Amino acid sequence: MRNNRDRFIAFVMLLPSLILVGIFVYGFIGQAIQTSMTDWGQNPAQPPLAATVIKSFVGLQNYENIMTDTLEFYFRNALVNTFFFTVLFVLGCVAAGMILALLLDQKVVGEGFFRTVFLFPMALSFVVTGTIWRWMLQPGGGVNILPQVLFGLSPIEFSWINSRDVWLPFEWGNVPAYLTMAGFAILAFLAVRYATARRWRASRYAVLAAVVVLLVFAARLWDVVWLPLDTPDAETPIAPKGFNAALVGIIIAAVWQMSGYTMAMFIAGIRGVPEELREAARVDGCSEFDVYRRIVLPQLNPIILSAMIILGHISLKIFDLVFAMAGPDNAKTVVPGLLVYTEGFRENAFAKASAIAVIMLFFVTLIIVPYLWSQLRESRSRGR
Amino acid sequence: MKRRLLIIGVLMMTLSLIGIVRAQDLSGQLEIFSWWSGDEGPALEALIALYNSQNPNVEVINATVTGGSGVNAKAVLKTRMLGGTPPDTFQVHAGQELTGTWVVAGRMQDLSGLYAEQGWNEAFPPDLIDLLTVDGAIYSVPVNIHRSNVLWYNPAKVEEWGVSVPATWDEFLAACPTLQAAGVTPLVVGEAWTVNHLWESVALGILGADGWNGIWTGATPANSPEMVAVWNRFSEILACSNVGADSAGLSWQQAVDKVLAGEAAFNIMGDWAAGYMSTTLGLEPGVGFGFAPAPDTAGSFMWLSDSFGLPVGAPNPDNTLAWLSLLGSVEGQNAFNPLKGSIPARTDAVAAAPDLYNAYLQSAAEDWAGNRLVGSLAHGVAANERFMGDFNTVMEVFIASGSAEAAASAMSAVCITSGACAGA
Repeated sequence: MRNNRDRFIAFVMLLPSLILVGIFVYGFIGQAIQTSMTDWGQNPAQPPLAATVIKSFVGLQNYENIMTDTLEFYFRNALVNTFFFTVLFVLGCVAAGMILALLLDQKVVGEGFFRTVFLFPMALSFVVTGTIWRWMLQPGGGVNILPQVLFGLSPIEFSWINSRDVWLPFEWGNVPAYLTMAGFAILAFLAVRYATARRWRASRYAVLAAVVVLLVFAARLWDVVWLPLDTPDAETPIAPKGFNAALVGIIIAAVWQMSGYTMAMFIAGIRGVPEELREAARVDGCSEFDVYRRIVLPQLNPIILSAMIILGHISLKIFDLVFAMAGPDNAKTVVPGLLVYTEGFRENAFAKASAIAVIMLFFVTLIIVPYLWSQLRESRSRGR
Repeated sequence: MKRRLLIIGVLMMTLSLIGIVRAQDLSGQLEIFSWWSGDEGPALEALIALYNSQNPNVEVINATVTGGSGVNAKAVLKTRMLGGTPPDTFQVHAGQELTGTWVVAGRMQDLSGLYAEQGWNEAFPPDLIDLLTVDGAIYSVPVNIHRSNVLWYNPAKVEEWGVSVPATWDEFLAACPTLQAAGVTPLVVGEAWTVNHLWESVALGILGADGWNGIWTGATPANSPEMVAVWNRFSEILACSNVGADSAGLSWQQAVDKVLAGEAAFNIMGDWAAGYMSTTLGLEPGVGFGFAPAPDTAGSFMWLSDSFGLPVGAPNPDNTLAWLSLLGSVEGQNAFNPLKGSIPARTDAVAAAPDLYNAYLQSAAEDWAGNRLVGSLAHGVAANERFMGDFNTVMEVFIASGSAEAAASAMSAVCITSGACAGA
């Protein structure tokens, strides 16, 4: 009885925020998905900003356009850039944050001072960071003349954010094959891992799935799966795919800004490891290096995962940093967030912008949902 | 008693007179939406001060959203218009940014009555009014004019290198090896939009005013041999520039700085560069910096213009009409333009107060009154916003592939999706 009443009160208390979230988050996600399936802004006969604009349903036409139209290569560049940016930004922040945290854990004098210094860039907005780094990465100044000023060496010639070089080039048409192989590799890895852990049933499922993926690969079935996303012939001469060298400067700026944040998380994690554990390891003859490798780092795994999730969704949605550093129209550094803005608010192609936004949401969901799911499962098992 | 009645009568008459005067007086608010802040802020404030002195009871709300050429302001404006809360008046580039975005959407009110009442049909050049007109109705009041096709140089340096200021692109290409041998960038450009800006001057030079206008009426198809020739010539010109070196990281001011410092010989930029050099850097036109029409474009004036209109559903239309009347007057245009560093859209305003304008602006005003007038692409006059945005894609196709044919066919495709080249 009492329990029911508590539940009722809790429900009533939560109701306003449930309604607001329902309207302003899920309602608008629904509206974006709906808009992405119309021709709003695609039909020259219908002025997109008219009060009486007629938006006709066109299904997945906009998605097909941005994936296959020869002149929509900015979007495909953006997808490739997001991939490389996310991987390098997350790895960079985790590595830099970890190094800083381990250094600060050595009981240095003035630790609080250094902690503030390293955390400070996070207090800036990405726009400020971008503007500063844009200045520092100018072709004829800043970082490039540093070796000259400091050591009298010849200046660096690299044009950080203006470079048109493409490293690790690949054909956009091969992306389905890469994805299929990546799927196989993950499943094979899982199969081996479950097998070594003697979880035979899970391992069998993974093996089965891996074999299916392999068959798909062998039969080139991705041609069927990916046929609607057929690549334009002119993709490579117009917009070669690969890691764009111009992203290096942006990644450096982003890592500079966010590595203090991962450092703070890791310090908290390291401090959470009981001193008794370390002492016990030392008594057992563990070297200081092994104390970190075998005792401290394994305990940081959940924190590393959280950091990667948080950084991952920031990098998928990055907008302001790239806007400030390279402008909105640089095909070598374009990211999906920029395209949503330029297509939507500059070119009035609202349906196309919505389609890009929905694809962004999809990728963020890919990262966030498994994380939330594992968190929920964890807290439920803990509650039991 | 009689006297008292008389006094009361007089008092009442006075009161009612005051009432009548009050009724003619404007009150309430006027929200002016623009992207004029920073260097351009004082020019707008001068206009607002003038408006306040004429209409002391109107509270002016200066709603500025900062950001170069209005990128952010336009985005905010679009959300406001879609949300049904338009400002009383807003800044918009004359031409397609007005007609292709807002007029076709049915969001603007006809101002041809105001034009007739103020006698503006004679004061503004007909070529300009044409681009503010849709089906006989005029939709905005132009405040200023900027010129896009201007070549800037440093007179002392050009003399030192022994090159003449090129009147044609052939002359420029002939001087190019000399300059490169001297270690000088012959032509400096900056970030993406300044390359588009250069392109429109090149295209105007090769196609001529009629050919340029033909792009937007369909008379010069985007994939025609003439347009391929434009792209080929553009390719030769870019080979004499810093594109592919440090261009993408330079703002237009930094590009101009390189010319003044003698690191580069020439730059093509709109005449806000004259404002930057004369006001910000304190250089004298013709001495500290030199100017000429972009090669092959003498006799043509490629313009862009800021204008203000009256949106449908504006809360205070009477206050807006008073504002627009001020903008279109000789007094208003002469209050604004010397501070902004632009010329008045009225052809008779500079003659009314020539002392206000420096040597460059006077020469520009002369050309404005006498030259063929054509609208700029990079600044929203000639083509709609969809085409302008997609033109970046065309330029990227050209720079990545180096192929004039590929660029021409990409532009042709963009023409179709945007509907900008069909002469709407």
